[in-house]
Amino acid sequence: MKIAFTTKGTDWDAEIDPRFGRTEYLLLYDDETKTLQSIDNREINQKQHGAGPQTAQKITELDVQLLITGNGPGGNAAMVLEKAGVRILTGYANLSAKDAYQRFLSEK
Amino acid sequence: MKKIAIASGKGGTGKTFLSTNLAAWIAQKEAVTLLDLDAEAPNCHLFIKGERKSEAIQYKMIPHWDAQRCTLCGDCLSLCHFNALVKVQQEIMVFPQLCHSCYACSELCLEAALPMKKIPIGRITHIQNRNLAFFESRLNIGEEQAVPLISKTKKYAQNQSRSEITIYDCPPGTACPAVEAVKDAHLVILAAEPTPFGFHDFKLMMHLLNELQKPFAVVINKYGSGDSHLEDFCLERKIPIIAKIPHSRKIAENYARGKLALDTNQELTSEFDQIFHFIRQLKRDEE
Repeated sequence: MKIAFTTKGTDWDAEIDPRFGRTEYLLLYDDETKTLQSIDNREINQKQHGAGPQTAQKITELDVQLLITGNGPGGNAAMVLEKAGVRILTGYANLSAKDAYQRFLSEK
Repeated sequence: MKKIAIASGKGGTGKTFLSTNLAAWIAQKEAVTLLDLDAEAPNCHLFIKGERKSEAIQYKMIPHWDAQRCTLCGDCLSLCHFNALVKVQQEIMVFPQLCHSCYACSELCLEAALPMKKIPIGRITHIQNRNLAFFESRLNIGEEQAVPLISKTKKYAQNQSRSEITIYDCPPGTACPAVEAVKDAHLVILAAEPTPFGFHDFKLMMHLLNELQKPFAVVINKYGSGDSHLEDFCLERKIPIIAKIPHSRKIAENYARGKLALDTNQELTSEFDQIFHFIRQLKRDEE
């Protein structure tokens, strides 16, 4: 399964970015191949409109099945993610990606 | 024809109070048109009653995706400046709230897979009370863009009503709806409050109007409350203060009951008369 975290950095120690659409990075973890990858999303700040659906589209293109984030996506972005069948977990702000993942495992 | 926009930076400074009372005062002398352009929260109707002459649903155009024609080339996605289109797997999703009806995606789609269709965004209501023609702009709940409806309301009113003076009750703030409301005005009257918050937002609006090169004058509302910074500032910059509405519990109580101050607070008639004469002496615009 491919998991996406909204983060402020590029590795496991990066803090979860509470924002969805304007998150600085997307951290991707594949729990089958145990590989970590980061996607730079900072160009989104050039866009004045529609950041949520844009980031959501990016996530669907990356074939992600689970999203771990902070405040959660807005209505438009949620529609995109829902259409692509991405499961959304919110309320992980202020944790590091590592701790967020551990919490997810413990609550699974 | 003179278009007078009643605006403010801060909300609750008395735009509607001024607009409705000024319109009612002018209506005692000549024909006048009042437009409630605060489409997200119109409230002039609480004070202006009359005969309902017409009501018109207003629409905006947005693209509708045609799955049969679409080849999923993605050109529309990169064309859209507002990111109103998103591709999810084998589907193009359209977000009407983000779309600005520019037609670019629709016109440039080689397969004609994004025909434009209309969706309702709000309504315009025309109420007539003798000399006073009142038009209300009301956006549907959940609709995000007031700008197209504001512009349609102006056109609608222009076709239905002729008067020397038209008053715009503008939306608060300094964002797109406020800009749209004031942009064709010959004069902007800023309803301002002599408090630190009121003064701060007054200055924001002043910067906006300078940018738009709009002449403006000030009516200080709730005069006697707060401090003298706003008044001192206007005197120093030679910004005309054309009326002062006193801070009064009686005025507020009558307003809260939906009454026009002209009917309940006779002491204010001279203030509205001053505003009227200030408008009168503006140069005529024959456009």
